[in-house]
Amino acid sequence: MASGPASASAHVRLDGVTRVYSGKGGGVHALGPVDLELRAGEFFAVVGPSGCGKSTLLEMIAGLAPPTEGQVQFEGKAIGGAVPDGVGVVFQENACFPWLTVAENIVFGLKRQSVAGDEVQRRLQYALQLMGLEDFSKAYPAQLSGGMRQRVCIARTLVTQPRLILLDEPFGALDQQTRLLMGDELLRLWRATGATVLLITHALDEAALLADRVAVMSARPGRILEVIETGWDRERDSRIVSDPAFGAVTGRLWSLLRDQSLSALHP
Amino acid sequence: MKWLDIPGVAPAALIAILLLLWQAVFMTAGPLAIASPASTFAYLVQQLGGPDFWVHVWATGQAFLYALAIAILGGLLIGLLAGLSATASETAEPLLLAANSIPKIALYPVVLLIFGIGLPAKVAFGAIHGIIPVAIFTINACRALPPVLLKTGRVMRLSPTDRIGSILLPSALPDIVTGVRLGFSLTLIGTVLGEMFGAQSGLGYLLMTSIGLQNTQMIMSVTVLLVAFAASVSTALLAWERRLRQVRG
Amino acid sequence: MSRIALYRVLAVAIPAALIEAACRAGWIDRQTLPAPSEMIAGLAAILASGRMNGAILETLKIVLAAFAGSVVIGVAAGAVIHRAPVARRLLEPLLSTWYAVPVYAFYPLFIVMFGLGDRPEMLIGLMLGVVAVIAATLNGLDSVPPVLVKTAQVFRLGPMRTALRVTLPYAAPHLFTGIKLAVAYSFIGVIGAEFIMSQSGLGYEIRYAFDNLDNAVMYPLILLILAVAVAVNATLDAWDRALRARRGATS
Repeated sequence: MASGPASASAHVRLDGVTRVYSGKGGGVHALGPVDLELRAGEFFAVVGPSGCGKSTLLEMIAGLAPPTEGQVQFEGKAIGGAVPDGVGVVFQENACFPWLTVAENIVFGLKRQSVAGDEVQRRLQYALQLMGLEDFSKAYPAQLSGGMRQRVCIARTLVTQPRLILLDEPFGALDQQTRLLMGDELLRLWRATGATVLLITHALDEAALLADRVAVMSARPGRILEVIETGWDRERDSRIVSDPAFGAVTGRLWSLLRDQSLSALHP
Repeated sequence: MKWLDIPGVAPAALIAILLLLWQAVFMTAGPLAIASPASTFAYLVQQLGGPDFWVHVWATGQAFLYALAIAILGGLLIGLLAGLSATASETAEPLLLAANSIPKIALYPVVLLIFGIGLPAKVAFGAIHGIIPVAIFTINACRALPPVLLKTGRVMRLSPTDRIGSILLPSALPDIVTGVRLGFSLTLIGTVLGEMFGAQSGLGYLLMTSIGLQNTQMIMSVTVLLVAFAASVSTALLAWERRLRQVRG
Repeated sequence: MSRIALYRVLAVAIPAALIEAACRAGWIDRQTLPAPSEMIAGLAAILASGRMNGAILETLKIVLAAFAGSVVIGVAAGAVIHRAPVARRLLEPLLSTWYAVPVYAFYPLFIVMFGLGDRPEMLIGLMLGVVAVIAATLNGLDSVPPVLVKTAQVFRLGPMRTALRVTLPYAAPHLFTGIKLAVAYSFIGVIGAEFIMSQSGLGYEIRYAFDNLDNAVMYPLILLILAVAVAVNATLDAWDRALRARRGATS
């Protein structure tokens, strides 16, 4: 199932990326300038105060919105407002198509990719098994809990075999314990697929636990303040919360973020 | 009441109650006002046995089908165009609601003057009754679409046509069916109304002439026929709509 | 004026201007459709001369009666049906297919039962409007969250006071939707009935003018009806929006 990402010195590269929303009175400077590099196969998290432009950053990397200035590169090629091949996105809101069953949802993206029938079935079965959805393949999203629906969305992204997986606060609507377990599943997937993962989250502990590197963003207009290396072993799971280094990383993140969050609260 | 849950019992009970009410009105108001259920059904069966009545049924049916096609396709087109952007839908919706509150019979002379007497006028008059509900419900359906679904379509690199066909339309289907359900009944009434003046054939023409001749049996026969037809299609569409909504939760 | 309000005005004004130009240029036959400016001038003249005032007042009176009847009977019936689940189960298909019934077919019945005059037209308007009010009342009463009724019980309000101080105010936006529809349907029903079979009233005057090919009277009257229908609808709509905004959009 795993195919390694195409090698390039940086898998994703942002140079001076800025986003300004035009509007009455000059426009809103939402983000940037941001310079960032994602290494192939790493798990990268981004944290920041509300409104700092994290989601905007993700949308630009996905090719859903073009930068106002600067350039976004994926696998060495510039992205300009169109979604490149090999990218998968999981959103925070429930994005399951309510009129399709779980299985139909999961294979939705494959029809457009002209994948052969038996390969589709193979990937579907693998995804159902990996995400623990085998018993629910004929159910409809309305019958599932929030966590299950997110698993369906993740499975749907997986079957297209993306080389870059972007997740925008995917567990925001779930309770803490479910989130920790989903985090473990995410790590399993990451190891199984070998893809590069970018996770946007407002939860510091989640970023500290899951990622190889964490970028801390400033309040709006969002800029990268610092990138912290966690140094975790690739074979990790949620039990590292008891590791003292975990507390140190989380503490470092909060000390960077606290002032930013305060200024976002009282601009 | 469990016995109501047995399929078919509730509608049958309703029909029985209506027939009783009908009989009661007949016994109070007399045969000059309204025909009894029994004589109406006897008359209707007799009419359906002969060729003349069917000529009128066919005339209405033909006009109605054209009008319905225009109402549905036109309504969908207007609804999709207006529903695609927030500005367009905010501009269009109050205008459509205002247009819907106009007594369309007041426009009938205009329709006749533009289209002349005959099939096109009937079709036009029927269509203007049904097109607005379809458009309004389609707009609502487009506005209710969660943006994240279309974003997902873009991430999967679907073409715009694909996004409309595989995402927008399935998502909007329950509301569109509601609009079609209303548009169906209204278009039928509109077509029949259009036949009440200046037409030489059709159920509306029959209705109008029977009113003049005080042929209460014909009046009730045509009414029963129209109601039975519209009610059965409407019920079927409602059942479909309920199933669609149930799946989607 | 906001941008969107401007678009709405243009959406009506531009086609009107085009029709005006086409009429002036002679592309549209005066017998078919006179220029909008001519229609407006004609309407002003008719209103000034007062010759239609009798018909206008008569129609408005009947519409008002039909509307009042629809609302009173509709709300009462809706409240009763809401408390009787059996009745509701039975009546539901009737309520949803009601508008498939050609209500004008009952006009002769009403004439025989009530004689010529206002009553048959009023009843037709009422028949059309009342179902919209019943449906809206049911929706409104359905929408009241059980927790509010429980709160009323904790405060020991009796059923009457619960209805007046909790249920009805909460359901008011839905009831208002029903009222808007009742206005429109009463109008449609009465004018339609007058057009088809009456001897007096605004609908009759239009029919009479049409039969006599009197475009100078017919079109201004049609314009009057359009204008009144749109104006009433717009006013009620604005009021509805103001009420909802104050409460923070209960759907």
